[in-house]
Amino acid sequence: MKQYLVIGGGIAGIHCIEGIRSVDPDGQITLVCAEADSNYGRPLISYYLEGATDEGNMSYRGEDFYEKNGVSAIHGVSVTKLDPESKTAVLSDGQLLPYDTLCVATGSSPFVPPMAGLETVEQRFSFMTLADARALEQAVSEESRVLIIGGGLIGLKCAEGLYAHTRNITVVDLAPHVLSSILQPESAQIVEEHLREKGIELLLGDSAKEFQGSRAIMNSGAVVEFDLLVVAIGVRPNTALVKEAGGEVGRGIVTDARMQTSLPNIYAAGDCTESRNIVTDAQGVLAILPNASMQGRTAGINMAGGEATYDGGIPMNSMGILGLHIMTAGSYYDEESGGKTYFYETEGGYKKLFTKDGHLTGFILMGDLNRAGIYTAMIRERRPLDSLDFEAVFENPSLIPFGRAFRKQKLGGEV
Amino acid sequence: MKRVYVNEQWCLGCHLCEYNCAFANSGETDMAFALRGKTLYPKIRIEEDGKVCYAVSCRHCTDPLCVKSCISGALSIEDGAVCIDHEKCVGCLTCVLVCPYGAVAPGPDGAASKCELCLKNSCGAPACVEGCPNGAIVFEEREAVMT
Ligand SMILES: Cc1cc2nc3c(=O)[nH]c(=O)nc-3n(C[C@H](O)[C@H](O)[C@H](O)COP(=O)(O)OP(=O)(O)OC[C@H]3O[C@@H](n4cnc5c(N)ncnc54)[C@H](O)[C@@H]3O)c2cc1C
Repeated sequence: MKQYLVIGGGIAGIHCIEGIRSVDPDGQITLVCAEADSNYGRPLISYYLEGATDEGNMSYRGEDFYEKNGVSAIHGVSVTKLDPESKTAVLSDGQLLPYDTLCVATGSSPFVPPMAGLETVEQRFSFMTLADARALEQAVSEESRVLIIGGGLIGLKCAEGLYAHTRNITVVDLAPHVLSSILQPESAQIVEEHLREKGIELLLGDSAKEFQGSRAIMNSGAVVEFDLLVVAIGVRPNTALVKEAGGEVGRGIVTDARMQTSLPNIYAAGDCTESRNIVTDAQGVLAILPNASMQGRTAGINMAGGEATYDGGIPMNSMGILGLHIMTAGSYYDEESGGKTYFYETEGGYKKLFTKDGHLTGFILMGDLNRAGIYTAMIRERRPLDSLDFEAVFENPSLIPFGRAFRKQKLGGEV
Repeated sequence: MKRVYVNEQWCLGCHLCEYNCAFANSGETDMAFALRGKTLYPKIRIEEDGKVCYAVSCRHCTDPLCVKSCISGALSIEDGAVCIDHEKCVGCLTCVLVCPYGAVAPGPDGAASKCELCLKNSCGAPACVEGCPNGAIVFEEREAVMT
């Protein structure tokens, strides 16, 4: 009987287990997860903090998942070393675990750069885990003044969660705009206006120079008094296990399309890996949940002797922030970078589509989000724009401009 | 598995499927009461441009992107049908972002809304099919269309 080891019980780990079981119903699966919690959708932690979901509903595949899938799950213990020669993993509690194939699904960790006086801050948080969300929920009160360092997706989702508890929230970001990795200045300004209207203070193009207990002194000279500090600057893939075992690591763990690393019998999936961006053809970390799930399943199937490949993805996101919903996908090329953009005002919002070399490469939507997946599919499938009346689709996403033959295939039979 | 298919050449664009769907999923017993003056959230939707018209609803894909992309695990496959757990769904709309057919939409309760083949309401069989006056919508087993 084959012995499988899965490291990390996030989305990639769970899908890896499902992938293994789809091929091998009998092999022994051991899961080791550093977090005390596993099998939950990490993006739900802001909804939990907000009170929009609870721990029961957060269970991604149900409480009985490990039992049903015959998995022996070890929580609160991490894998500290891999030995591909002897096919064993060393755990933080000293245990040695033998394996036939293993999957590194270790995700990423919050990145906290050195900041002067950070250690003087008593109430200091990251926002990555359910434990972080519980701790914040415990600490926050109606009177709390919160300072969030980082106006990216995680920082803003944290602000949304905390907003249900307190209205004294300040978000600082070094970039001149919020969500700088997924929006452009004009769309970011809409979000900023919205946040400011809600009473959230934004300090943009600024950063904390020094912390003194419950005071933060900004580069601009501004001083922010706070009770709770959240550092949400960014995340870094957890690649050390593979790197130290001699495996190839770039920005993330490097794998082939079967999700195998350069080490024998060792696979990797999820936020800890790098993958091919379908639009740019570049390798990079696509730290989003859909990627983790597809890669995890692919790894699991191959680990168990099946055949599956993962051929890359695109960055994409659908996020609501205090009632304003934004969808983004792909890569943005403007006229300067050889692209052509299409802009539409839509009901209560905004739509910008980016094209290059005869393909849709990306979009930003706010307001009317209906049928956005038609655009996402055009990007992912690299559908040539000259194969359809693309301006009609850009104006109003539907399958009409794709033509009858396309519809017959997509709507007329099993897909 | 049996799925809902629309024969484009027979579709009149009468939108009755949308009304029947909204009624079937309303939990009400009187159609007028269920629908009049209300914002409807039909899970089947007519696309038309004056020349072409047809209805679109969830394809219940064999390898659905929405299920793989769901951040909460609210979307799952039950006996081949793609189903949504409204309690678990937090309304992030990632499913709307990834569905290539535009067949998942924001719903009235903050959760995403999609066709579940009327398996979970009192109809027990797709109401859009039953009520289509021209027989354009069918519930049957089909193979993949080869290109
Ligand atoms: C607040 C927030 C909001 C987000 N929102 C979205 C969103 O809307 N849409 C989206 O697509 N993505 C979102 N993401 C990103 C998404 O959560 C990740 O892409 C996804 O969780 C990646 O899954 P994973 O399994 O690769 O890693 P993780 O979910 O990070 O799981 C990795 C697990 O491995 C464990 N581990 C690490 N090292 C070891 C070790 N050495 N030994 C044992 N165990 C170890 C960790 O403790 C962890 O439990 C969000 C993330 C955050 C934090």
